[in-house]
Amino acid sequence: MATLPSKPIADDVSLLVVLIDTNPFFWSTSSSSLNFHQFVSHVLVFLDLIVRLSQLNQIVVIATGHNTCDYIYDSSLDTDQVTGEGELPALYSFVLQRLEEFVDKDEKLGAKQEGLSEKRASSLLSGSLSMALCYIQRVFRSGPLHPQPRILCLQGSPDGSEQYVSIMNAIFSAQRSMVPIDCCYVGSHNSAFLQQASYITGGVYVKPQHLEGLYQYLATVFAVDLHSRSFLQLPRPAGVDFRASCFCHKTTIDMGYVCSVCLSIFCKHHDKCSTCGSVFGKAQLDAASDRKRKASES
Amino acid sequence: MNNSEKKRMNGEAEEENEEDVEDEGRDAWERTYTDERSWEALEEDESGLLQPIDNKAIYHSQYRRRLQSLSATSAASRIQKGLIRFLCVVVDLSKAAGEMDFKPSRMAVIAKHVEAFIREFFDQNPLSQIGLVIIKDGVAQSLTELGGSPEAHIKALMVKLGCAGDSSLQNALELVHDTLHKIPSYGHREVLILYSALSTCDPGDIMETIQKCKKAKLRCSVIGLSAEMFVCKHLCQETGGSYMVALDEGHFKELLLEHAPPPPALAEFAIANLIKMGFPQRAAEGSIAICSCHREAKVGEGYICPRCKARVCELPTECRFCGLTLVSSPHLARSYHHLFPIEPFTEVSARQLELSRVASKTCFSCRESLLTPGTNKAGPCAACTKCKQYFCLDCDIYIHESLHNCPGCESRRITPAAASATMS
Repeated sequence: MATLPSKPIADDVSLLVVLIDTNPFFWSTSSSSLNFHQFVSHVLVFLDLIVRLSQLNQIVVIATGHNTCDYIYDSSLDTDQVTGEGELPALYSFVLQRLEEFVDKDEKLGAKQEGLSEKRASSLLSGSLSMALCYIQRVFRSGPLHPQPRILCLQGSPDGSEQYVSIMNAIFSAQRSMVPIDCCYVGSHNSAFLQQASYITGGVYVKPQHLEGLYQYLATVFAVDLHSRSFLQLPRPAGVDFRASCFCHKTTIDMGYVCSVCLSIFCKHHDKCSTCGSVFGKAQLDAASDRKRKASES
Repeated sequence: MNNSEKKRMNGEAEEENEEDVEDEGRDAWERTYTDERSWEALEEDESGLLQPIDNKAIYHSQYRRRLQSLSATSAASRIQKGLIRFLCVVVDLSKAAGEMDFKPSRMAVIAKHVEAFIREFFDQNPLSQIGLVIIKDGVAQSLTELGGSPEAHIKALMVKLGCAGDSSLQNALELVHDTLHKIPSYGHREVLILYSALSTCDPGDIMETIQKCKKAKLRCSVIGLSAEMFVCKHLCQETGGSYMVALDEGHFKELLLEHAPPPPALAEFAIANLIKMGFPQRAAEGSIAICSCHREAKVGEGYICPRCKARVCELPTECRFCGLTLVSSPHLARSYHHLFPIEPFTEVSARQLELSRVASKTCFSCRESLLTPGTNKAGPCAACTKCKQYFCLDCDIYIHESLHNCPGCESRRITPAAASATMS
């Protein structure tokens, strides 16, 4: 493209895009020691810390809901510059108010649904990741100098398997633009998607053991800018599971069969691919004419 | 600038009759200075720094045209894409490659862009393999075997850059035919020839060789650097490949990178098959094993083949001892966007945007204002057909070329009832 390549302003100026999970299905059923209000208060103090570390740091907050995603706060926008007196810093009250509005909107959008068939309700992580990446691309285009962007996911909801392809697309795009995706997972079991995201993009994945001290984890691991990370010993993932799960039983397998046309994974040898309908071992043209004959007969 | 862009649309070198008369004795690079006057296209911004001209609108319309031509061919008849590709890149290093009409020489330009192409190719097709062949002194030699590691190919190419002698298309085709004959039937066989010469010195009948390649289902494409040749055109027509001639370095890079995404696969070219693959686990930290690729002891940080338990250093690869193809699930996931592509966005004119009842005229994904800067009028933008959200032109390009997810569609929860209604 005909744009000039832009350089980071300085080593320690960062643009942090925070994706906050507001999924009510997770927060209402979570049996951990952290409820949503405490969680938000930890996060707000952390955002304040980032802003104070450098005047040039920028923050963007995007909320990941159950039915929609939206921008909550953008520190570079004029409309979001807040001043005020009072007990709480103005940033806190602004973000809290916008979060409340978002949760109401999310709830209204979900009211039309009849009931939830699956017990584990996931949030729309792929939507907020895509929005974050588009915002970061805009920052790259904005001028000759830009802060170093990174994404921090504060997620608690379990992974939604229907989002696998979109999340992987977002991860590969982040890898190409060299944007690390960090994750602080506050749910019960580890999230395989986010572990893979952090591993592939070069970010950090942390599942805090003591959630009452969430702020401490955030401040020590995620507040540091990208350049200084090379001097610190950050938590390393114990083992990222890259095994695939077969399409027929959803069990993880370490050896399987892959269809050469659509790349679906099976654990046993089949005659026909259930995803794309290709007949194995036969030339495609014969298979297609067989199907046409059957369709015209029926 | 407009003339050269129109020529690029046609994609073939046209007779430059008028210029020939005036500029006899001038090279192509000199002609760009006299005709195109690239210095006049520069602008300064308010602080005196040089800015490139704002050809965003031109760039976007070029991009849309390309996208539409691609989607028209593929959507028309549910053609599948060839995801497992075995590609032989044939580089012509005859005397014609030493010509200096591409700066610094055709050979250097080819080498630079082939390196970028190899990286892009493995990024988009992680399960595929490339082999390099060079033509020199009328003989074709195989530089690297079919393999999946980009570094090995790039290193081999950079070492062997010297041009001499004649070029022989038939020898190259014979060599490539023998190489690609041995691959399994589910793979798509492709050949990409980067041809600089204007002639070919063949030991036999090249038409017979072309027929042999056609029977072996090799899809041969050629990118010419000098002029259009009948034999290349005939080869590509017979085998179903594409023939393009590059006008300058930028155009050459564009044409080359067009071969990176998988081509639409014709049904009779490859037989569908179930390929046995292994998904190795990462070796435990601190475990010591002798790795099978370097034959030396290494600590931790490798993968264990599930069948024979040998250690390999990187994926994707083929286990040296048992021959099992080893991949990890992200490698397969890299190709999923070819199988589930998003539809192109529709263009929304400024007038339509003004008439729409959208409250804030900002792009849905990056929140950039859709109004033309400096004025209060709406600028052109794009909209998704499914979620009806508005996006700015830059987001449109980014979403379709790199991200492959529509943020609007991903930020909506579709209920199972609605989903089944749309699918049926």
